[in-house]
Amino acid sequence: MTARLRADRLATATLWAIAIAVVGLLLTIILNFVIKSIGVVSPSFLTSAPSGTELGGIGPLFFNSMYLLALTLLINVPLGTLGGIYMAEYAADNRLTNTIRFCQELISSVPSIVVGLFGLAVFVTTFGWGYSALAGALALTVFNLPLMTRLTEGAIRAVPADERAASLALGATKWQTITRVVLPIAIPGVVTGIILTAGRIFGEAAALIFTSGSSTPSAFDYGYISLTDPRSPWSPFHTATTMSVYIWHVNSEGLGNFVAQIANGTSAVLILTVLLFNLGARGLGRVLQRRVSGA
Amino acid sequence: MAELLVTRTSLPLQRSLTRRERLDLPRRITMLSAGLVVFIVGMLLVFIGVRGLTLFVASGVPITDILSATWAPNPDNPPNTFGLLPFILGTVGITVLAALIAAPLSIGLAVFMSEVAPAWARNIIRPAMEVFVGIPSVVYGFLGASVLVPFLQHDLRGLGFTFGKSWFAGSLVLSLMILPTITSIAYDALITVPGDLRMGSLALGTTRWQTIRHILLPAARAGILTAIILGMMRAAGEALAVQMVIGNRVGIPFDPTKPIAAMTAQITIDMGNTTFNQPWNQALWTMGLILLLMSFGFVTIARRIGRRATRS
Repeated sequence: MTARLRADRLATATLWAIAIAVVGLLLTIILNFVIKSIGVVSPSFLTSAPSGTELGGIGPLFFNSMYLLALTLLINVPLGTLGGIYMAEYAADNRLTNTIRFCQELISSVPSIVVGLFGLAVFVTTFGWGYSALAGALALTVFNLPLMTRLTEGAIRAVPADERAASLALGATKWQTITRVVLPIAIPGVVTGIILTAGRIFGEAAALIFTSGSSTPSAFDYGYISLTDPRSPWSPFHTATTMSVYIWHVNSEGLGNFVAQIANGTSAVLILTVLLFNLGARGLGRVLQRRVSGA
Repeated sequence: MAELLVTRTSLPLQRSLTRRERLDLPRRITMLSAGLVVFIVGMLLVFIGVRGLTLFVASGVPITDILSATWAPNPDNPPNTFGLLPFILGTVGITVLAALIAAPLSIGLAVFMSEVAPAWARNIIRPAMEVFVGIPSVVYGFLGASVLVPFLQHDLRGLGFTFGKSWFAGSLVLSLMILPTITSIAYDALITVPGDLRMGSLALGTTRWQTIRHILLPAARAGILTAIILGMMRAAGEALAVQMVIGNRVGIPFDPTKPIAAMTAQITIDMGNTTFNQPWNQALWTMGLILLLMSFGFVTIARRIGRRATRS
């Protein structure tokens, strides 16, 4: 009897210890980067160009991360939403639907370095785009599109059937019902999903090394606007090394005397951004929910 | 039932369909978007498959070379052998050790969250796990290279350890990275165990630990197993974090304190140094193909476990 109770106490204590140790460890990781980036991360770190001789900044890399995020979302949000609508509203329980679901699962398992190889083979060499933002965005699409489709499907399925029935009863067509009744209600879920996938896009590195490039960019000329000239930072054909890739790049090539500071600073910026995306997704989801439900 | 009703009211039965209705453009366009993923998987298989096989088909390297332990790919130093065994074993070794470290901790944490934790503790851990799943893997890798490896190298000397970049370092970084993933999925599996089982067990006079061990863990076994497999899948496919901490020395792995090589890391390192269509480069695509097939294998196993769980 007492042995039983003692085992129970011991187990409870062990579980508490594991929980405290793991959460403590993970918090230490974040603190480690925050502390090490004090004195490194500043507004000028986020805007100025990398330098070989002094600390410099990550301006072009920050820009590229944002650019790639925007481009990827531009491709994936419309396609993912349409795909989600099909899976939630039209798809029957047939072979096509099963195949789509199986492929979605398969894609979610593919290592990102393999997706990078795929992008290299298709967009960089076969299409001849070279290392470019567009090649990177399309590589990211490979695993982002199925994710977005699934998230949208979930959000649309969560809309109560009554809403659809009421709309159809008023004589609306199925498509009118979807676009004017179902989608607006599903928007909070969709937006939350978009922001969460945005965090993943932002942090991806392995799939981008061989697609959007890994060279250190010089200062960007933001005044030069062109959509076709790869020398313009606004063109989808410009080589777009992102912050995540840069952390790997400076660390493995050991460029300059400020490797540690730069990598620490960039890591802190990445973690903070992901944190903001997370909080943003929660907050925005809540606000939109309130507006839609009319309270 | 509701579905049936809806379809009937939506179709005016009196008149025949207009051309536009028969065409049903919205349905076709959305179907195309959803089906795109099938096309992508097909392209992935074709491109990686074809390039992954050129080493054997076009360059005439015997396929048995895969299982050779000798990696001598440099055309300047013939004879060349393209033994992939060190990389395959390296990937498997790092992944398995990472799972061995991470699984007990994550399952412990998941059990803590679902059975032991007071509400305030759960309210801290759950969102924290979400954030940690979101931390980019390259950041975990840099952490390993900048904090963990120096720690193993210098600070453990008093305990008799002197090693830095190694199999163990790689597994440790990966275990940290997959810990939140396994915890979240295992937690979801534990909370779906019906409350009746818990109460029934406790009503028989068992302690909480006995209930956890003999009732909850067996009941959630399939979900926990899936969690570990998905964690291993993430670990096996990680490239940069691994490349930064394992030392990348090619050889058959036998000692966790020694440097090791892995497929993902080798692709990362060599892809930029080799010329396209050179056997050395082709061997990297072969590694890519092996990784692709491995990940498909993981999915198949996870699916089978899931199906068996729903049947029983």
